[in-house]
Amino acid sequence: MNSASLITTPLSLALVGVPNCGKTALFNRLTGSRQKVANYAGATVERKEGFFVLPSGRHARVLDLPGAYSLNATSPDEAVTRDVCLGQHPAEQQPDLLLCVADATNLRLHLRFVLELKRLGRPMVLALNMADAAARRGIRIDAQALEAILGIPVIETIAIKKKGAANLIAALDGHLPPAPPKLAEDADLHAETRRILAATVSMPSPTSPVDAAIDRWVLHPVLGLAILAAVMLVVFQSVYAWAGPFSDGIEAGVGLLGELAGEHLPEGLLRSLLVDGVIAGVGGVLVFLPQILILFFFILVLEESGYLPRAAFLLDRFMVGAGLSGRAFIPMLSSFACAIPGIMATRSIPDPRDRFLTILVAPMMTCSARLPVYALLIGAFIPDRAIGGVFNLQGLTLFALYMAGIFGALGVAWVARLLGRRGAEEQALMMEIPAWRLPNPLDVLLGLKERGMIFLRRAGTLILALSVLLWFLATFPTPPADWTRPAIEYSFAGHIGRALAIFFEPIGFSWQICVALIPGLAAREVAVAGLASVYAVAGSGEEETAQLLGAAIANEWSLATAFALLAWYVFAPQCLATLSVVRRETASWRATAVWAALLTGLAYGAAFLTFHITAALT
Amino acid sequence: MTMKLSELTPGVPATVLQVCEQGSPDPIASRLRDLGFVAGEPVSLVAHGPFGAEPLLVQIGFTRFALRRSEAARITIELPGARA
Repeated sequence: MNSASLITTPLSLALVGVPNCGKTALFNRLTGSRQKVANYAGATVERKEGFFVLPSGRHARVLDLPGAYSLNATSPDEAVTRDVCLGQHPAEQQPDLLLCVADATNLRLHLRFVLELKRLGRPMVLALNMADAAARRGIRIDAQALEAILGIPVIETIAIKKKGAANLIAALDGHLPPAPPKLAEDADLHAETRRILAATVSMPSPTSPVDAAIDRWVLHPVLGLAILAAVMLVVFQSVYAWAGPFSDGIEAGVGLLGELAGEHLPEGLLRSLLVDGVIAGVGGVLVFLPQILILFFFILVLEESGYLPRAAFLLDRFMVGAGLSGRAFIPMLSSFACAIPGIMATRSIPDPRDRFLTILVAPMMTCSARLPVYALLIGAFIPDRAIGGVFNLQGLTLFALYMAGIFGALGVAWVARLLGRRGAEEQALMMEIPAWRLPNPLDVLLGLKERGMIFLRRAGTLILALSVLLWFLATFPTPPADWTRPAIEYSFAGHIGRALAIFFEPIGFSWQICVALIPGLAAREVAVAGLASVYAVAGSGEEETAQLLGAAIANEWSLATAFALLAWYVFAPQCLATLSVVRRETASWRATAVWAALLTGLAYGAAFLTFHITAALT
Repeated sequence: MTMKLSELTPGVPATVLQVCEQGSPDPIASRLRDLGFVAGEPVSLVAHGPFGAEPLLVQIGFTRFALRRSEAARITIELPGARA
């Protein structure tokens, strides 16, 4: 290959390594923000690709393959890594060079995988990552000897430092190293690893003494749980306290945009479409962006630092009792803010069935969009009465609704696992508890950007389309001039709501409720506005409207209907943004349909029971 | 003295003898071997979880893993000095 073609053909690299080797940090270091994140077609595995330019001007394309302990894959993620390395992936070309990443402080585990990759006989380079942490712990690695034994270039990197990948970039610029000599197929990789370690590495202690000391506290049966509770409290407090001003800002901005559009557009359908459909619909979902970003900030920091697997360790037995795994804890907890980040956080669950079960039950956690609906119904139907001097009946009702979601979720998971156990193999944990690490700001920021973009892309495409559709249903056909009742009654939504009333009559919903549930599909709290337009109440502000609406429904509905609607809201999968995220994360319409059907059935059953029990008692 | 890893007392150093398959194929057993649970490897129990003493925190090589008891029960170990 001459030097001209070296510059014109881009170099294709694949980053491979064991989980927690700092692979993604190195990926961020190499590519900066020139990254493309997508999913493999038909799979839930994330595909991360980045680009950078070598000093010679040659372009490089680097694929950040999912972390794997072995080519003997046990999860869909590992299967992608195996297939790409073997050159068998249908959508991916075999990379020119495997860029193996190994944690210099954890070589016993990581070097075995490097040897397994060496069996493939492909050109490779070994990045000995976290060279700084290794030096601090007094671990001495003879990189030259390692290079000689392995037969591949070995380069020390510090992925979290600014110039930490400079040596690596320099080494990649030029001719590719030849493929290393192939290992014998029957070679004992463990014996080989031990031989290499004995010849090249001196390790004063198997784990860092600092880590061991921290873990004595963090993993302590009593103290550990107390620390976990404290961490969660801080996270949730911050999500609500910090997100408030930003959400208010977005809400005000959306309102202002609506007003501006209203002023400058002539009265008519276009104005209604833009103001009531697009701006209100997308705006209603965008309001959740600050909460989602703050929640993800904490999840990323906890993940990068190594706390998340420790939390999963503490809670695994408890979660297994309910048919879930310890890793389901963070997704479930996040769902209290919003189910969208919760479902996106299920990526850390490697087992596909565990993951689907978590996706199924996570939306039962009471998200913040349900609160306006709960507040309306509780305010209208539950007397503001003190109980036992300390508690308030309204507060206790809200608490009961939260508990109904939690225990409903645990119950569903338990039943699902019971039914699924027949003929199913054992669910494995085998989870690495990595070394503690100080989160790197660049990695947290890039992670945050990635997740924020996923949400915004949804809001800009699917949710936009659905908002327009819902607007269409609630606006057309327009009522004749002599129509005196609320316009929404004359529309398609009104007709659909009346038709649906047949199904919802057994659970006590009037056709007005059914009509309001249709715009409520955009985001749960929009149902409040939907009810306001069905009952034709309008105050001068949001609060006054809510008060008038509360009085109206307190007149119109029985207590049983109100309770049934609350029960419906605990379980129903009615927010379309969540539905679209489930579709994205399961990569299957069938799974999404099963998900929606199960939750709808559950909501219907719960509302049915609630309605009839309350009706019998009152 | 040989025993299962799930029966080991925390803090006592031991050595892995083998990983036993439960049924075949046993993907958990082969994964445990890939993670470094192979004959001759030093192993110890570091801690266990707060509920029902599950899961176990196991040190193998330079790495720590959380294993459920059913996983650790596949691993037979021997205590040092017991080689008769």
